[in-house]
Amino acid sequence: MGEELQFKTAGELSDLLKGGSVSSVEIVQAFIDRVESVDDRVRAFNSYDAEDALAQARASDERRAKAERLGELDGIPVGLKDNLAVKGQPLTCSSKILESFVSPYDGTCIQKLKANGAILWGRLNMDEFAMGSSTENSGTHTTSNPWDLDRIPGGSSGGSAAAVAACETPVALGSDTGGSIRQPASHCGVVGLKPTYGRVSRYGLAAFASSLDQIGPIARNIDDAALLLNAISGYDPHDSTSYKIDVPDFRKAAADDSDRKWTIGLPKEYLEENSDAAAIKPVLDAIEFYKSQGIEFKEISLPHTEYAVATYYIIATAEASSNLARYDGIRYTSRAESFDGKDSIDIYHQSRALGFGEEVKRRVILGTYVLSSGYYDAYYLKAQKCRTLIRSDFERAFESVDAIMTPTSPTPATLKGAHAEDPLAMYLSDIYTISANLAGIPGLSLPCGYVDGLPVGLQVLGKPFKEDEILKLGWIFESAHAYKDHHPSL
Amino acid sequence: MPEEQSIDIQKVANLARIALTDEEKSKLSGQLDSILGYINKLNELDTSNVDPTAHPHSVFNVWREDKAEGELPIEEALKNVPEQRQNMIVVPKVVE
Amino acid sequence: MEYEAVIGLEVHVQIKTESKIFSGCRAGYGYEPNELVDPVVLGLPGALPVMNKAALDGIIKAGLAFKCTVPDWCKWDRKNYFYPDSPNNYQITQYDQPICQGGEVEIELSGDSRAEMGEHKSIKLTRIHLENDVGKLNHFADDSLVDYNRAFTPLMEIVSEPDMHSGEEAFAFLTSIRQTMIYCGVSDCDMEKGQMRADANISVRPIGETTLGAKIELKNLNSITGVKNGIEYEIKRQIRELKKGNSITQATWRWNADLGRTELMREKEDAHDYRYFPDPDLLPVRIDDEWRKRIQAEIPELPFEKQRRFMEEYDLPYTITSVLIPDRALSEFFEEAAKKEPASAKAIGNYVTNDLLRELAESGRTLADCKITPSHLLSLVEAVDKGTITKQIAKDVFVEMFQMGELAGEIIERKGLKPDFDDDQVKAWCREAIDENPKPVEDFRSGNDKALNALLGQVMKKSRGKANPQSVNQVLRELLN
Repeated sequence: MGEELQFKTAGELSDLLKGGSVSSVEIVQAFIDRVESVDDRVRAFNSYDAEDALAQARASDERRAKAERLGELDGIPVGLKDNLAVKGQPLTCSSKILESFVSPYDGTCIQKLKANGAILWGRLNMDEFAMGSSTENSGTHTTSNPWDLDRIPGGSSGGSAAAVAACETPVALGSDTGGSIRQPASHCGVVGLKPTYGRVSRYGLAAFASSLDQIGPIARNIDDAALLLNAISGYDPHDSTSYKIDVPDFRKAAADDSDRKWTIGLPKEYLEENSDAAAIKPVLDAIEFYKSQGIEFKEISLPHTEYAVATYYIIATAEASSNLARYDGIRYTSRAESFDGKDSIDIYHQSRALGFGEEVKRRVILGTYVLSSGYYDAYYLKAQKCRTLIRSDFERAFESVDAIMTPTSPTPATLKGAHAEDPLAMYLSDIYTISANLAGIPGLSLPCGYVDGLPVGLQVLGKPFKEDEILKLGWIFESAHAYKDHHPSL
Repeated sequence: MPEEQSIDIQKVANLARIALTDEEKSKLSGQLDSILGYINKLNELDTSNVDPTAHPHSVFNVWREDKAEGELPIEEALKNVPEQRQNMIVVPKVVE
Repeated sequence: MEYEAVIGLEVHVQIKTESKIFSGCRAGYGYEPNELVDPVVLGLPGALPVMNKAALDGIIKAGLAFKCTVPDWCKWDRKNYFYPDSPNNYQITQYDQPICQGGEVEIELSGDSRAEMGEHKSIKLTRIHLENDVGKLNHFADDSLVDYNRAFTPLMEIVSEPDMHSGEEAFAFLTSIRQTMIYCGVSDCDMEKGQMRADANISVRPIGETTLGAKIELKNLNSITGVKNGIEYEIKRQIRELKKGNSITQATWRWNADLGRTELMREKEDAHDYRYFPDPDLLPVRIDDEWRKRIQAEIPELPFEKQRRFMEEYDLPYTITSVLIPDRALSEFFEEAAKKEPASAKAIGNYVTNDLLRELAESGRTLADCKITPSHLLSLVEAVDKGTITKQIAKDVFVEMFQMGELAGEIIERKGLKPDFDDDQVKAWCREAIDENPKPVEDFRSGNDKALNALLGQVMKKSRGKANPQSVNQVLRELLN
């Protein structure tokens, strides 16, 4: 039993804990053992504190002994992307500039997890400051895709997705600004959900692009994703952009058996001929499956799709250039040891030059440029207007369909180093995920098959605050297929 | 939107307070020019009658009541500071 | 050739709130360094700003008090620049949609003498907006120390039109802002505590010229007097330069109060590129008529309005109003008594501005915790009006009232201050004085009116000070005719 705990879902572990047949310490130990056994190859973790995790587990067991279990996740490890603030734990964002930073406070999602009794487990690797789609931009190391160690796990929540796929944690939190939960979930054959903007508090998430970022769950199945989403959702007075709206029971909604007639939109711009049909065959098969269940599909148009990447990279880099200004080498970040020039402004220049990786520099400079004097109207303002057009595309589409289905990624996981010299090509690979962040709508990726042994994800996009609907749609597919039970061999 | 322009990398790097080597400057210059060239495709869109999206949802007047809710204890506040004196953060003398 | 100066001021005023503008951290002054900080104030990764409603109420109140337009919408922008006192290396401010537009500040210049009210003028404002204050840098020889206690205190930036022409006007402008803000309870504007700071933009031009000369930004004006002196010095300096044939280069100068002169700080560099853009972490503010009305109703009668009314309604001289008006509590204290006995308003005013203030200063007490109430003043004024005691004795009674808290009547009884003689007795003393002092009598009869005072003094002595000098004067004159 002890050796199989790491292959169980959070839901299953929760039932086992409730039934008393296993303890949280046993569970946590199983995952520690698993990490020690496979992470030398997967390298999902930046760091983890086994002693602390076991101490949390013991506290959980004590609560359970007194029948004082806090929540459904009490005693269950939740892996954390290394950009989520946990008091007393490192918060590196996989950047050298924060390599020694320890957070003095808990973010709201973390507070909610603590209130639920979850075991806060490890610091998971990511693209530096969430900028990237491969986790190759990490300032620490590159994570490997558990399905093929020569390939990227996707990004920026590559560590989170790989850890879940490799069973190093039953569930994890990631963050998604342009696809950073959904795309790595797709590459790693797991479930990833980006909530509606404002559904989950951003307080405690090191900001990349404030109007696009969301924290979300990565899990092996729909039920676990719903379980985690239940725990972290809700209006937060510490985040002005979080939305005052009721939180349904996502678990219940996902498993809801009622006979609803769905209409799903297929955006013609997403499936045009320049898409490599072979690379997304499992997605097309999945669509056939849904049809076989009586679900209606219709072609829709999202005419401004081709402008999404350009719009995104103006807005995201502009906001990021301002959000990352605080990492200045002056106050709480790594500081350049020596700097030339008697003008001490140089310490900013040198510390940031040493502390930031190439992709971060590229985006900060681009973002600074598009906001600079004389260019604001032409770039930032223009992009915000294009964003309105992209949002309207979705609003119009949702008048006639309940949800939209697309591939999550144009191709499965590429080999490490594939886009090393071509950042633009890397940006273009975000084409399917980016629009959801611009429109603020929720999106789910679930595993729907393989191409050449590599996982492929189906993306389901929903109406604002309708995470329950996309979870339900995902569940319909999942319950008829075995992908959630597949594990990479490590 | 400016049709043909090249980023003055040094000027922008100064604004962003990032020191770049000559090699970095020339590499970045090329990459950013190509990215900007791509971004210029937004020129194709007529947005003269479109409002910008500042926030995904039209909400306003989000505020809190004026109550002191608590501060970080000073050891926590200064925990990550590389150098401190008299409970203040030591910073290099920056020319005003 | 004569020159005139054109001056605009940028005044930063901290709004008095319990917590900071974008975080729930306590706001305050005089705490240990870095005691008033939280993740937002320190600009830690993952921190997010949330607006403090009281800060909005405060600036709307200030705006309405200064007759600004408060539009229906305003928003927040980020002003991006790197500096160690700025936790995020950007300031949250209002760029193109400030919460208050236009407006004006009424100022009062010095009169020809201290007893005369000076000219009143109106200085136009461009705008008032809200932003977060930054930390405090303490400079040393080789490095600097940062204290973030002040960071994120709500700060109003009041921008005037270039509508002033002298250091005196600037002084009056700041005084008026401070008085108004204190009356409204928005800020104490104590410059020593950094609650009010001012920078000046100064240029000079030949009189009659309509285009503005090159302007100098003057900083480090750390007190209201420093503002006046610094501006006056700078105006003279610029005129001197122009008369020499030199031109003024736009730059930033600083006032050196110790040496009494201005010094070049830095040449105008390329204008800062602040890369303003709307802050994505904060949502816009919508102000409706109800909100404006509610705040308007909270604005008390403002200093100059009260001054005008006191002068008209109570016929108070400027010597009294100029002392009362700057202190709202004192003014209200005065009026509580005066409105019950308007005919005695001047006398009440005198007691408040002379005797009461003197006793407060000597005892170290405040108006709030001293024993004197408006009823005390009324009791004293009544005793004098009725002739029970003289004005001279009333002054002693006041001191007794202040110390013991008794009303005038009780003190008069207790100390036996009432005159224990009648008019006949007074007449008798007058006859005695006349008999005993032939020389003053003779002087008076030959036209020296003032000689009567000697006789008056004698009668006062005989009555042990209790006789009414005006009546004695009258009786003496009657007897000597």
